[in-house]
Amino acid sequence: MSHQARKEDSRNAAPLVTSDPRDRGGRAQPLLRVKGLRKHFVIKRDLLGRPLSRVHAVDGIDFEVRKGETLGIVGESGCGKSTTARLLMHLLQPDGGEVIFDGDPVGTRGGLSLREMRRQMQMVFQNSYASLNPRMTIEESIAFGPQVHGVGRREARQRARRLLDQVGLLPERFAQRYPHELSGGQRQRVNIARALALEPRLLILDEAVSALDKSVEAQVLNLLGDLKQEYGLTYLFISHDLNVVRYVSDRVMVMYLGKVAEVGDSEALYRAPAHPYTRALMSAMPSLEPGRRTQTAPLAGDPPNPIDLPPGCRFCPRCPLAVDLCRGTEPELAALPGGGHLSACHRADEVQSAVSNPQPSVEESV
Amino acid sequence: MSTYFLKRILYVVPITLAVSFFCFSLVHLSPGDPMDAVVSADAPREVVAMVERAYGFDRPLPEQFALWVSRALQGDLGLSAANGRAVTAEVFAALKNTLLLALAASLIGFTLGCTFGLLAGYWQGSLLDRLVTGFAVGGVSVPHYWLGMLLVIVFSVELNWLPSSGAGPGSSNDWAFEWAYLRHLILPAVTLSVIPMGVVTRTVRAMVAEILAHEFVEALRAKGLAEKRVFLHVVKNVAPTALAVMGLQLGYLLGGSILVETVFSWPGTGLLLNNAIFQRDLPILQGTILVLALFFVLLNLIVDLAQARLDPRIQRS
Amino acid sequence: MSLTLDTAVSPMAAPPAEPGYWRSVFARLRRDPVAMVAGLILLAIVLMAIFAPWLAPQSPYSTSMLHRLQPIGSPGFPLGSDELGRDVLSRLIHGARLSLLIGVMPVINAFVIGSAIGIVAGFVGGRTNTVIMRVIDVFYAFPAVLLAIALAGALGAGLVNSLFSLTVVFIPPIARVAESVTTQVRSVDYIEAARASGARSLTIIRRHVLGNVLGPIFVYATSLISVSMILASGLSFLGLGARPPMPEWGLMLNTMRDAIYVNPWVTVLPGMMIFTVSICFNMLSDGLRSAMDVKL
Repeated sequence: MSHQARKEDSRNAAPLVTSDPRDRGGRAQPLLRVKGLRKHFVIKRDLLGRPLSRVHAVDGIDFEVRKGETLGIVGESGCGKSTTARLLMHLLQPDGGEVIFDGDPVGTRGGLSLREMRRQMQMVFQNSYASLNPRMTIEESIAFGPQVHGVGRREARQRARRLLDQVGLLPERFAQRYPHELSGGQRQRVNIARALALEPRLLILDEAVSALDKSVEAQVLNLLGDLKQEYGLTYLFISHDLNVVRYVSDRVMVMYLGKVAEVGDSEALYRAPAHPYTRALMSAMPSLEPGRRTQTAPLAGDPPNPIDLPPGCRFCPRCPLAVDLCRGTEPELAALPGGGHLSACHRADEVQSAVSNPQPSVEESV
Repeated sequence: MSTYFLKRILYVVPITLAVSFFCFSLVHLSPGDPMDAVVSADAPREVVAMVERAYGFDRPLPEQFALWVSRALQGDLGLSAANGRAVTAEVFAALKNTLLLALAASLIGFTLGCTFGLLAGYWQGSLLDRLVTGFAVGGVSVPHYWLGMLLVIVFSVELNWLPSSGAGPGSSNDWAFEWAYLRHLILPAVTLSVIPMGVVTRTVRAMVAEILAHEFVEALRAKGLAEKRVFLHVVKNVAPTALAVMGLQLGYLLGGSILVETVFSWPGTGLLLNNAIFQRDLPILQGTILVLALFFVLLNLIVDLAQARLDPRIQRS
Repeated sequence: MSLTLDTAVSPMAAPPAEPGYWRSVFARLRRDPVAMVAGLILLAIVLMAIFAPWLAPQSPYSTSMLHRLQPIGSPGFPLGSDELGRDVLSRLIHGARLSLLIGVMPVINAFVIGSAIGIVAGFVGGRTNTVIMRVIDVFYAFPAVLLAIALAGALGAGLVNSLFSLTVVFIPPIARVAESVTTQVRSVDYIEAARASGARSLTIIRRHVLGNVLGPIFVYATSLISVSMILASGLSFLGLGARPPMPEWGLMLNTMRDAIYVNPWVTVLPGMMIFTVSICFNMLSDGLRSAMDVKL
């Protein structure tokens, strides 16, 4: 089982989350714990409707989210990050595994009910326009969540207006508008306000800024940072943009084909990745230094077919370091010496020490 | 490809069962004792008892259904309550005439419909287009039984050119390929053809207009492709949907001919149904509806398979 | 689309649902001359139906064997008289009530029931959806006319029976369209967001789905009214719907048919009314559809 030593993080200093009355177990207990989470989709059935072949979108992942941190999740399209988000919110039914929120298992008898979970964990989607009912005003959309949980209409609307103010949209101007009258950045602010309306403790941001222009993205990221401080939130930040993830995250988790490839402290991961896939991702990032250009293609081989998985390590066909052991046995997610950094690779320590094309820290590259 | 075909064909089985069950239950839907529908009220007791046993009315419902189905599979659909003749024979004799009428109507309707649709689609927005569209809208809105009456008034009553009823001279029930008989076919066929003509016209016109608006047609023209070739291309793209619509229309013609047949006393399944309803002849009612519905199911199957053959996208879904 | 109930030919895509969308649709509709004329004619006929007792010169039931089958323009019978000496004009005016009723009511009923079935099937999805839609498919195995006649024939003649039969005939196509549109709407993000806030299914349907789904279903339903009118009058024509001596256009066609050789043009009039109403509904429906089709 995964075991992580706690580490004080100097950058995005976590505020005092223990002041939340709903908190159980204090700082030591992870806010979210995922064990063996699994989801498959049937893509072909035989004549009687029995499944013939499946896509294992999420194939048994384990990870933790600590209170007050921002955990970034990165990976290529199809690696399962969005599916994971939906599984956590129980918008999709998991086919296996557990989700434990602040010590309480979710969805099982005696644990946290789905309804209760949704008061503590919320999500912001990628498509800012499709996330809002075009026929409802902004205020109505934000007030909907609290109303579902019993808050009276007037109070819910007041809360909506307060939140609009907090995300930087003047309530007098925006409350009665419709989604199509707002820009992409404004809509995403509304989505954030809507997510916060239920006063959650954990916010999942599923590619929340990916569709925005860079300048708008920066504003929204700043807003998210401020809100995190103010409300003592914990973030799960899913993105394919490695730069952004590095900027906002305390720790980063790399996913590949439905499994976790590597998890670790953000800077450490970027500077000295311990998995060949992570290394390839890092070297694929365009650098700001003219002197450092990518000479060889970072990833060889065809993109994987998630249906016909090879035995052994999934990354084998594209891995420059693959040996027979890799092709035969699937590597477990194991901790590297020093603790806190896990990698699912048989040759993890070799990868980590062979830092041939490291990503310099943000300060160094400027 | 074969999985789709197989699935589609197998799908016919439950549908057929469901359809048969529906027809079977018609008898029990109607108010009153189902026995009254089958045998007249003043029949002697032995006849009543015999019919009861033969039909199995004294047995539980699932058994009755099974009995009915097994007989139907052997070709026995019971006896007419009105004149005691075998239902199967009556229905199929009438079906011949209805098929003839339907085929004639579809021939007229489809050829004219496709032609008008193509013309209107090509010359979109022109006067011709508006005339054709107006005519088509009229076609689908007209109560065809009324149209039949109109035609009878004009051509039979006023002008006396064409006969107003029956399938042949002396209102015979049989038909032969001679002018004397063909005269009787004209008015009913034209009447029946109007609605399919309207539908086909509208469909073809819409599709032609849509395809011509596609950018790839412009690209083809820019490449210098002869107009005739472009036309063939359009036809190829319109064909699958148009054929599907026509197939469906043929099916509806079979069922919908009842009204026209009533107007013209055309001795087809429609007239048979009409009489059966008024004489409360439920075995004929059941048998006719069963045969017509099954025909329709078969037709739908053929249309679906043909469309899948022509349009590879369907099989992938 | 008479007698075809074709849902396949014009696929119903869920239209953009901003409020104000419908306002712009109706504004466009107002500028469509054909649709407007059709609308006005319909309005006139509806008014005629409502005010029938005051507009009709005579009672539609008073017979007079002396004045049977008078031609059009006869004194006291501006549009002639029928086979029992009743004034055709009065019967036509009163007939509007019944004919409109049996034409429109089945579609309204089917709209309510079919939408409920389709929306539930589309929203719930999965196996329940498949089961429900398969049952609907069974009814699709019958041509509409045949189904109506089979039901009406089995149940017996009468207004209520024919209303029931026609409602049953129209439920499957409406349910199909409802299911299709709901399925499209269901997979949109804001529905997921609503679920993520913990709302129950019924609440989500009520506040998020209905507003976006009922529009297209309604438009489709309007295209069925003309078919319904023709079928309903057709049933009366066969003697399965309204019964004598009720004034109803289809029934009038039936009873006056035998007189076709004696007084042909009088028999044409009721059918003319059915045709007019049907074509007006069709034009309105077409106009509505093309007003919705504009690329925004």
